[in-house]
Amino acid sequence: MEINKTINSDNVDLMINMGPQHPSTHGVFRLLLNIDGERIIDVKPHIGYLHRGSEKLCENERYAQVVTLFDRLDYVANLNMELGFCLAVESLMELDIPDRASYIRVILCELNRIASHLLFYGTYGLDVGAMTPVLYAFREREKIQGFFESITGARMMHNYFRIGGIKEELPDDFNNRLSLLLDEVSQGIEECDMLLSKNEMFLARTKNVGIISASDAVDFGVSGPNLRASGIARDIRVSKPYSIYDRFDYGIPVASSGDCWDRYYVRLEEIRQSIKIIKQAMSQMEDGPILAKVRRIARPPKGEIYFRTESPRGDFGVYLVSDGSDKPYRVKVRAPSFANLQSLQYLLKGAYIADAVTILGSIDIIMGEVDR
Amino acid sequence: MIGFLTGLFVTMKTGFRRPVTAQYPDPEKRIKVENRFMGFPSLTWDYDVEEPYCTGCMVCVRECPTECMTAKMKDNPLFSEGKSRRKKIIDEFEINLGRCILCGICVEVCNFDAIEMSHEHELSKRVRNGNRFGLQQLLKLGIKFQSNTNWQPKQPEKNSGVPVKKVDEE
Repeated sequence: MEINKTINSDNVDLMINMGPQHPSTHGVFRLLLNIDGERIIDVKPHIGYLHRGSEKLCENERYAQVVTLFDRLDYVANLNMELGFCLAVESLMELDIPDRASYIRVILCELNRIASHLLFYGTYGLDVGAMTPVLYAFREREKIQGFFESITGARMMHNYFRIGGIKEELPDDFNNRLSLLLDEVSQGIEECDMLLSKNEMFLARTKNVGIISASDAVDFGVSGPNLRASGIARDIRVSKPYSIYDRFDYGIPVASSGDCWDRYYVRLEEIRQSIKIIKQAMSQMEDGPILAKVRRIARPPKGEIYFRTESPRGDFGVYLVSDGSDKPYRVKVRAPSFANLQSLQYLLKGAYIADAVTILGSIDIIMGEVDR
Repeated sequence: MIGFLTGLFVTMKTGFRRPVTAQYPDPEKRIKVENRFMGFPSLTWDYDVEEPYCTGCMVCVRECPTECMTAKMKDNPLFSEGKSRRKKIIDEFEINLGRCILCGICVEVCNFDAIEMSHEHELSKRVRNGNRFGLQQLLKLGIKFQSNTNWQPKQPEKNSGVPVKKVDEE
């Protein structure tokens, strides 16, 4: 066998195909990595493996049925997706939502944000090679999902929010169970924090890796925790409050350097803020109706609307065109994961191949939302 | 070094805790479903007149987002005998459980308390079309659900099949 020893490493282009079945791509995501030694010199992301045509499917379903499709966009933060769609339709119909329904929505959405960030925490640990955190994170997430099951009847695909309110009244033991759950989860979060955040090996893998500056992040359209990790305190819950988010007192965690560790820690801090919101919502919630006076088949007036909400992954927008019938004329989703993914090429160029998964994991993409 | 040690401390603490894992196939050790759990849809049975609640009005079939159901109604023989209040009764009903997304819309739109999300959630079957459940299988699911959860209709007066005696004709 003859080996050409005179290969100039500058000219060698080795292409590595990562995915779509790679376990750390969080779904079916394919990356073509052009590498030079240990360095990544070019990246070609391929998306579309989970494309189900959700936006087109919406045009053939009535408004109440579309909620089931929105459940399946970001499938780890289902209720946040439902909220985005319901609020869009409601503001098009100019409905007033009963206070109790809004509070229940906020409580459930924030719980779902916690569950989503816990999933990120667990899988990110796996991505950088820590096996233990996922077990702790899933222990807490499991409790939240069991709690959802007792309210909505499903662990993930809830179909609980309705246009004008929510599906049914909360179970009797809701308050007791929720305060117990919050205690357990906040304890669990501290445990998770102790377990991983200051671990030297974890710090070595994530600190100063995959840095994106604030201006670049804005240029790429990055939103949510990824943007806040770069030092921009932009959160739609605060800057343009929807539902009843202006009634609570909470902070927006912001980091400064925009590396992987900041993106990780901003999310962990957001869990604590979510718990704060839920506690306030619990004390403010009063009895009352849970569904506004709407006809069973919603028919929004002719018109169009773009409604933004803050999903766990960022700026989730729903563009809706109604022609006055019982089915939407057009639904377009501005998926935060999709926009965040655009920064991947920039982040990976010049990085080490060992950091590819670290960086990809820190963006926290959900393919169901990217491909729709 | 401190980071390692705090992490190790958390891991060590787990040794003194009760395990939280459940074991799936073992009926004793698996996680119990909640009362509101939405499993596969099932048809309920009216014990007062010994017939299903379902009249085959097709509203669930029309509202289903995935169009996984078909239904057909017939004239109720018990009605002509004067034993039941239902003029029409379900003749054939099929739900493709493989296609059902367990959204619960059919339960919500049903005016007759006839369809209910059971606690059944295991999908695998031994035959190819085992998930296409017909009327008898759906009723079996429903009867099991009714006896397990002590199910009662939400609108008993309106939906009971017991014939109303006309008193004002005297």
